[in-house]
Amino acid sequence: MAKKIYSTYPMVKYLRKEALPTALCPGCGGGTVLNAFANAIDGLKIDPKDLVVVSGIGCSAWIASPYFLADTLHTTHGRAIAFATGVKVGLPDKKVVVISGDGDLASIGGNHLLHAARRNIDITVILVNNFIYGMTGGQVAPTTPFGAKTTTSPYRNIEHPLKISETVAAAGASYVARWTTAHVYQLIESIKKALQVKGFSLVEVISQCPVQFGRRNKMKEPAEMLRWFLKNSVPISRARNMSPEELEGKFVIGEFVNRERPEFTTELNKLIDEVQEHFGLKEE
Amino acid sequence: MIIRGNEPEQLRLLRKLYKPGNYFMQGNEAVAYGALFAGCRFYAGYPITPSSEIAETMARELPKLGGYYLQMEDEIGSIAAMVGASWTGFKVMTATAGPGFSLMQENLGYAVMTETPLVLVDVQRSGPSTGQATKGAQGDFFQARWGTHGDHPIVAVSPTSGQDAFWETIRAFNIAEKLRTPVVVLFDGVLAHTREQIKIPDVSEVEITYRKLPENEEEARLPFGDPHGDGVPPMPLFGHGYFTHVTGSTHKETGLRDVYTPEVHDRLVRRIHRKIEKNREVYEKYEEHFTDDAEILVVSWGVTARPALGAVLRAREEGIKAGLFVPKTVHPFPAERMRELGKRARAILVAEMNLGQMIIEVERYVNDDVLLKGVNKIGGVPLTVEEILREIRGVA
Ligand SMILES: Cc1ncc(C[n+]2csc(CCOP(=O)(O)OP(=O)(O)O)c2C)c(N)n1
Ligand code: SF4
Repeated sequence: MAKKIYSTYPMVKYLRKEALPTALCPGCGGGTVLNAFANAIDGLKIDPKDLVVVSGIGCSAWIASPYFLADTLHTTHGRAIAFATGVKVGLPDKKVVVISGDGDLASIGGNHLLHAARRNIDITVILVNNFIYGMTGGQVAPTTPFGAKTTTSPYRNIEHPLKISETVAAAGASYVARWTTAHVYQLIESIKKALQVKGFSLVEVISQCPVQFGRRNKMKEPAEMLRWFLKNSVPISRARNMSPEELEGKFVIGEFVNRERPEFTTELNKLIDEVQEHFGLKEE
Repeated sequence: MIIRGNEPEQLRLLRKLYKPGNYFMQGNEAVAYGALFAGCRFYAGYPITPSSEIAETMARELPKLGGYYLQMEDEIGSIAAMVGASWTGFKVMTATAGPGFSLMQENLGYAVMTETPLVLVDVQRSGPSTGQATKGAQGDFFQARWGTHGDHPIVAVSPTSGQDAFWETIRAFNIAEKLRTPVVVLFDGVLAHTREQIKIPDVSEVEITYRKLPENEEEARLPFGDPHGDGVPPMPLFGHGYFTHVTGSTHKETGLRDVYTPEVHDRLVRRIHRKIEKNREVYEKYEEHFTDDAEILVVSWGVTARPALGAVLRAREEGIKAGLFVPKTVHPFPAERMRELGKRARAILVAEMNLGQMIIEVERYVNDDVLLKGVNKIGGVPLTVEEILREIRGVA
């Protein structure tokens, strides 16, 4: 039965069949993200042999590692970007992609996220923001909306959520965009752009976790969560003319930055060349 | 890509840059040069006293050799980046001290579980916590062994001088490559900052080994298998189209995660232990002085082994039958030899700059009728010949 479904799915060629079916819950936004990523790879005709996918720990970390058929590195919680930094320096000509959750990349791994953006190393990060720690049972996250209920904020969340895309854009990334799982085509286009940008790129995907977040916040069904995303999404062009009060509880979507800045591995290799030249070490 | 550039080119560069001969340098610099001679071309680190000169030397020298120096945002990121780079084929190293070593522990376990070769230099300093940040100590003996969680083997070597640090760092790389495992170098703040004469050899005198690569597609498909029966799987590097999956979770020989089947975990973790246990000849190393007829055996390691040798020499002059045993690889402990020596000695003194750590290991291998005593000193100042000699006389 399951086999039949895979065989009719055109992106199946990008998946590690022996690892399927995925461990994600039915209705989880993770599937949409995997699909969008596969479509972006397919659209750009990137050979998976030229791809290394790195992830941390969490449901979202499983999206591409192990399921995507490429070199995949499933690392420790929060550290995926730091691992990916070593991979990228070793393989500067490959596409190095990090796919992981908001808790993983922006909470425990927040420091690596900021510094990779600052360094502007050519890594593409697809950050799945489901407002919650899904894998560990739905605890409050740094992205949980103010007032929302979770297993560790059973009365209501009194902390303010981190604006990930805004923060990473400010830290110096070359490309930053945010979409939701209800904006699949825009998401695919953004992932494509991110993969092509020479520098640090972040695509934040607001994604549904009906099981751990929706259920406790009056959105048990995945579709209810998607409707919530659509209803509250505000394009960045419009958001620029809105007050903070008006933007409260809204999802600003679109491209935050798309700019050229010197890239880390290129600069590193340039520096090595210069040093070798300076000390007369180049092969005679 | 195991070593950036081709080997003849690297040898040419090393020869051109570092003329064989005697240099006056710090222990930390000796560690860095050892790493460069061993083929390390990727260093990721975060500054901490008393290890910083290792990073500084690497930052200065690596680019000359076409290698990469990365200053990461913290120690956790440093070891993470090393693991990533090691999977692309680099020989990698970092250096740190107590607090940084603590931060690296989770990813050290990751390197054990994913069988990633790397060298981690811990320049031991006084603790707990920030302690005496600038002072040397030998308090991380068990942190190296048991700092990360779970059942895991570890290999740790410990140099006894600046010159030794050069060679032991090279040996650490060779062990890491041969056994596809992280290796800890337990150095210390005293030797790290001691300047002494250090002989840089010609590159031809340095034995360099490389990790085993898959010989065919089939081997590449089993990154955690054991095709050669030595417990060491060939390492399919990233970027070669093998579609390798690496995870710190329990995995099958293919690399795919299986955390539910008890046998899979048992098979994996036992093999990782076995590959260390069964390959003792790769890493076991110790030094002995006057042990043939020693009635009083001093056991010491790292920085303390030097005054310990001085004390034994002086004791011999006084007609006391003293000897010295110095484990150079401290984990796994040279149990066999310790047991043999323990049978013959009447008294054993374990000299170290802590309140008694290696002595716990020694105790496991000596009989109850042997007088076992620690010679310990903390406070950041090394033990002196006189202090150790006094203890030898005390049991003579
Ligand atoms: C050092 C460490 N701390 C805590 C955990 C437990 N843990 C596993 S996944 C996770 C949260 C993942 O949340 P997120 O990244 O948002 O992913 P999601 O499951 O929601 O997709 C945590 C806290 C861990 N594995 N390691
Ligand atoms: S718990 Fe939430 S995030 Fe995790 S798989 Fe289920 S729906 Fe997705």
